[in-house]
Parts: sequence; structure tokens; C-alpha cells
Amino acid sequence: MSAGGRIIKFGEALREAMFLAMEQDPAVFVMGIGVDDHKAVFGSTRGLVQKFGKARVFDIPISENALTGVAVGAALGGLKPVFIHIRCDFLYLAMDQLFNIAAKWRYMFGGQMNVPMVIRCVIGRSWGQGAQHSQNLTSFFMHVPGIKVAMPTTANEAQGLLLAAIEDPNPVVLIEHRLLYDIPGHVPERLGPIPFGRAEIRRTGKDVTLVASSYMAVEALKAAEFLESQGIDVEIVDPVSLVPLDRETIVNSVKKTGKLLVVDSGWSTCGVGAEIAALAAEKAFASLTGPVRRLGQEQTTCPVSKPLEKIFYPDAAKIAREVFDMMGRAFPDVEVGGLTTTFKGPF
Amino acid sequence: MDKKLAIELYRTMLRIRRVEEKVSALYPGDKIQSPIHLSTGQEAVATGVCLAMASADHIYGTYRGHALYIARGADLKKLFAELYAKDTGCARGKGGSMHLASPENGLMGCSAIVASTIPVAVGDALASKMSKAKRVAVAFFGDGAVDEGVFFESVNFALLKNLPVLFLLENNGYAIHSKVADRHKQTQLWRLGEGLGLKGRRYDGNDVFSVYAETKKAIDGLRRGGAPRLLEFMTHRWGEHVGAGSDFNESYRLKGEEKRARSNDPLPKARRALETKWKISRDVFDRWETELQSEIDAAVDFAEKSPFPRAERLWEDVFL
Ligand SMILES: Cc1ncc(C[n+]2csc(CCOP(=O)(O)OP(=O)(O)O)c2C)c(N)n1
Ligand SMILES: [Mg+2]
Repeated sequence: MSAGGRIIKFGEALREAMFLAMEQDPAVFVMGIGVDDHKAVFGSTRGLVQKFGKARVFDIPISENALTGVAVGAALGGLKPVFIHIRCDFLYLAMDQLFNIAAKWRYMFGGQMNVPMVIRCVIGRSWGQGAQHSQNLTSFFMHVPGIKVAMPTTANEAQGLLLAAIEDPNPVVLIEHRLLYDIPGHVPERLGPIPFGRAEIRRTGKDVTLVASSYMAVEALKAAEFLESQGIDVEIVDPVSLVPLDRETIVNSVKKTGKLLVVDSGWSTCGVGAEIAALAAEKAFASLTGPVRRLGQEQTTCPVSKPLEKIFYPDAAKIAREVFDMMGRAFPDVEVGGLTTTFKGPF
Repeated sequence: MDKKLAIELYRTMLRIRRVEEKVSALYPGDKIQSPIHLSTGQEAVATGVCLAMASADHIYGTYRGHALYIARGADLKKLFAELYAKDTGCARGKGGSMHLASPENGLMGCSAIVASTIPVAVGDALASKMSKAKRVAVAFFGDGAVDEGVFFESVNFALLKNLPVLFLLENNGYAIHSKVADRHKQTQLWRLGEGLGLKGRRYDGNDVFSVYAETKKAIDGLRRGGAPRLLEFMTHRWGEHVGAGSDFNESYRLKGEEKRARSNDPLPKARRALETKWKISRDVFDRWETELQSEIDAAVDFAEKSPFPRAERLWEDVFL
């Protein structure tokens, strides 16, 4: 990491990037429920309306599908909308405009037009977010061609990918995780875009490749610490950018270790991890010394009850167990330090 | 209005108020680990509406659902157990505060996606009509729900098929921190469906007796085969959108709003009527309070002592 710079929280990094983008380009505007209120989408839009005014930073009626279409139109009309959703779950309502319109507009007319819009959305987890406030739609967005998709994990990626998303001439969905917002990280003195299509190797290792994105990369790192204390050396690859996907970095890591565990931050079935497992099967089959494994949310609906929620989500302990199993070793009789999240509700 | 009904209306509101107060008091203790959306200040709407429904009628609500659950007469023990996310809760601890249901009491479910239960209520009314059940369905939603396209689509279909569905708009002035006028040019929300042919009216939502009377009239009309209607009841949200706190001092609130809200408190209004019109004495009110307190205490105790769901429950109920 470069010398100099500062340590700021993920949410603050998003806020700074929003400021910078709006300062640099008068075409950028921000809309979404609560973007101009005192909670300011967990602080990530704080101060924007005061600085740039109500015309460029505005609250909207609760009309996700129509306003997604409005964002597409604004983009075709020469602006750069950033449309923010405090939960990904609300984007199910916008699927028509997102997939039938935003994703198709360029291709369907033979490349004559493009749609430079950004959608930011936040995955909820913990504090009883339950069935309808916890869903991760990343694999939906990845499935349909025409939309770029990224999941920042660190504060630096939050600012860099948001800036890149706003600069990008295509529709981009940026998926943030609620539990990352308060995690501090290093950012450069001068913020700047981080190009899409680059995976990050969070940790180098030789025994097993773990591919994990967003908050699951944080859990994977915790697991790695524990595994190291047990003599197992894992490599952690965080795709960061899902569309386009940095296949090379993932494949090279799998070729090196011969073992792959994909930790999905959504459901495994037809999930991001399924795509990465397929990639390993297609491009690194000869190097694999054992079956590819997947961990993800249990294939059920997210419950509110805490003990069930704990089983529902993958975490550091589950990752560590899975790795032991892949190594053919019995799991030792010790505690895996869980992640201490300070997250408390109500939202 | 007879005395028995008047008392029931008042006591139901009181029940909602005291339960919400208890929930607020418990919340900082972190035993209720889910977002909570309280109905404090809005008791008259849920109460008047639910008591005007027949026991076989169905209602669909939102994440702000404690009041509907209580007003439909559902079990307090199962309510607190659900807030504690215990196995004995009304949704077996899987739904939590935002997803209450008590189908045996006609509360068919509460959803945390704005406007998402409006078409479902319309479908329930379709089933009622097709099977000649005489059952009325109530879609209970906030002023934010009419922002969604699905509201208009649902109204259109209900009118087209002349279904026994009541669109019940509880207008507390805000969708989170967003005022109605910040989301709509037409702020008389009851008029939004006019172009589609939807008849409706706006009423005071803090007078439980008139909420009851107007809803009863509308439901009776629907049961006789009348066209779908919309009732808009105006009320105040005393608390913050989500959580146990109060936020009248936040900048998004109108000046003097707290004073107006409190002067419109539906409980003292109803109590005065009971005192003057039906001569109910102070010790009777006191007795109701005491009875209610012990019932709430017992419900909390039940929740505290109940077990969390067993691990296997996680995978149950995805399919039948
Ligand atoms: C489709 C959708 N978009 C956004 C949200 C976030 N959200 C939760 S409650 C709410 C406000 C709804 O206001 P209103 O309908 O007036 O109900 P109230 O909270 O006042 O009871 C919003 C926007 C959501 N739950 N669902
Ligand atoms: Mg409202």
C-alpha cells in the first residue's frame, strides 16, 4: 500500500468519493430514498445536499422500477445518475428497468447509445434483518449481460470502485455490505478510481485457495489467522469486481494451491461461487487435488431468530472447519475466535 | 355505538399503547434483536379498522404491524415471543417484529417491502368473490405505499373485477423521513385512484369511534357487492421511523408537530367519551390498566422463558 494516506471507515470513504465525483463532474447527481435526510444512508451521503443543492441530491417517491427507468433516461439524456438503495431487496422491484432496459439499451440498438448510471445498494445482515432485508442479489446482476457489478471490501475499494463506477460509461451496480460500513481502512491521500476487473489477493498462501468477496472476505481473513495458528496456510482471493471478473488471478491461485473453497456471501445455488467453481473446473482442472468446495448461506430463507441466523450464514469458524476437512485433518478442540461485530440495530 | 363496543375500542387502543411502551422499554436491553416500527400515536386506525371487520375477514399489513396484530385480538404471548424471536412466537421466531401473522385471527401477514401486500389483498378478495365466501379483504398500508406502481395496478384490477377489497391508507405524514408533499403533487392521497374510478374519502384517524364507523360502513358496502373503496385516515407517528426512540426534534419534522401530535392523542379523546357518555369511572380505568399490565408482564415472562427454535427449524417451512 502506498505511503501517506489516511485511515477512514468504509462508509466515510464512500462519502468522500461521492463528494469528489460531484465536484469533478456537474453531470453527476444522486437520488434515492433518504439520500438527503439526517441519517444520510449510514452517513455515506452526509453533507451532499448542503454542498450541491436539492437539484442534484434528492429524495424520491418509493417507486423503484420507475425511478430506475428515470435514471436510464437521465443517463441517455447526458447525465450520470447515482441511484442509492439502503437494501438490495428493494431492487427486485426494479428488475424490469434494470434488465430489460438498462442492460439492453446499448446492445439492442447496435452500440449507438450507452447508459452511464450507477446503482448503489446495501446488503443487510444481523440484527434480525430477516427474510426481506438481508438478500444479496449479486448473482442476479451477474447473470444478465450488460451490467457491471462490483463488491468493495475495503475503504479504499469503496472509494475507488465508486469513482470508477461513476466514470464508467455503462450501467454499474455497486453492492455494499452493512457490516463493512464501520470498518476502517487505508485510503490514499488523493482518492482515485480503481479499475474494474481486478481481483485482490488478500493474503498469499500455499495450501488452499479461498475465494470470498465483500464481508465474507473479512470472515475468511479471520479464519486464515486461526488456520495459520494450526499450520494451514491459505490464500485469499477477493474478486472485488464480479463483472468483469478477473479470471486469471483466481485460476492462477487455484493452479498454485490445487484446492479451492469458494465462500459465497449469498446463496450457493446458482450463486457467485457456482460461477467461480465452474471456472476452476474449466481452467484449472488438472491442478485440482480434491473437489472444489462451496460455502454460502444455507438454502433457506433468512430467519430473524439469532441462533438460526448464526447457522444460516457462513462465518470464520465454518470456513476453518471446511478447510480442515479439505486438508483431511480432524478439527482441533479449540475455539475459532468469531468476528466481533459492533453492529447493533435498529437498522 | 353501544357501550360494550366503545369499551372494546378503548381497551384495544390502550393495549396497543402499553405494549408499544413495553417494547420501547425492553429494546435497549438487546433482547429484541430486529428492527422495530412502532404504532404509538396511531392506535385508533388499526383499532377502528380491525374491530369493524368480521372475524372471517382478512387483513394484510406492513412491518409496522404490532397494532394490527393486537387489534385483531391475537395472542400477546406469541407476540412478545416473536419479538424475542423464540420458537413459541407467532411466526416461530422466523419473522420477528416486521413479519407478524395470525391467520386464525384474520391477520394474513405483514411484509417489509412497501406496498407488497396490496395486490395480495386484492387476490384474497378475488378468491372470496369466486368462491362466494362473503369475506372482505383489507389492504392496510401507509402513505408511502401509494408511491409504488403496484398500488395503482392493484386498484385497477380490483375495480375491474369489482372485488370486495378495502384499500386502507394509514397516513402518518411520513415515509421514513419523507413528507407526503415531497413525494406527491396530489397530497389528498385518497384522490389518487379517482382517474381509475376508485371512490374514497379522508378522515380523522385519531378518533377511534369514527374510524370504526367509517370502516364498518365501507365493509358493509363491500359485503353487499359494492365497489372497492379507499379510506384514508390521518394520524401521527410519535416515534422515529424505526427503533424505540422519539425524534420530534429532528430537522425533517414540522414545527410544533409534537404538540399537535400529542393534542391529537387518540386515547384521552376516547377516554373522555367513555367518561362522559358512558359514565365509566376512574377506578374502572385503573382496573383495566392493572389487568393489562399483568397480562403484558406475563407475556414478556413467557417470551423470556421460551426456548429459541431448534437448529432443524432453519430448513423447515421453505416448502410444505
Ligand atoms: C419497496 C421498498 N422500498 C423501500 C423500502 C424502505 N422503506 C421501509 S419503510 C419505508 C417508508 C414507508 O412509509 P409508509 O408507507 O408511509 O409507512 P409507515 O412507515 O409510515 O408506516 C420505506 C421507504 C421498503 N421497505 N420497500
Ligand atoms: Mg407513513
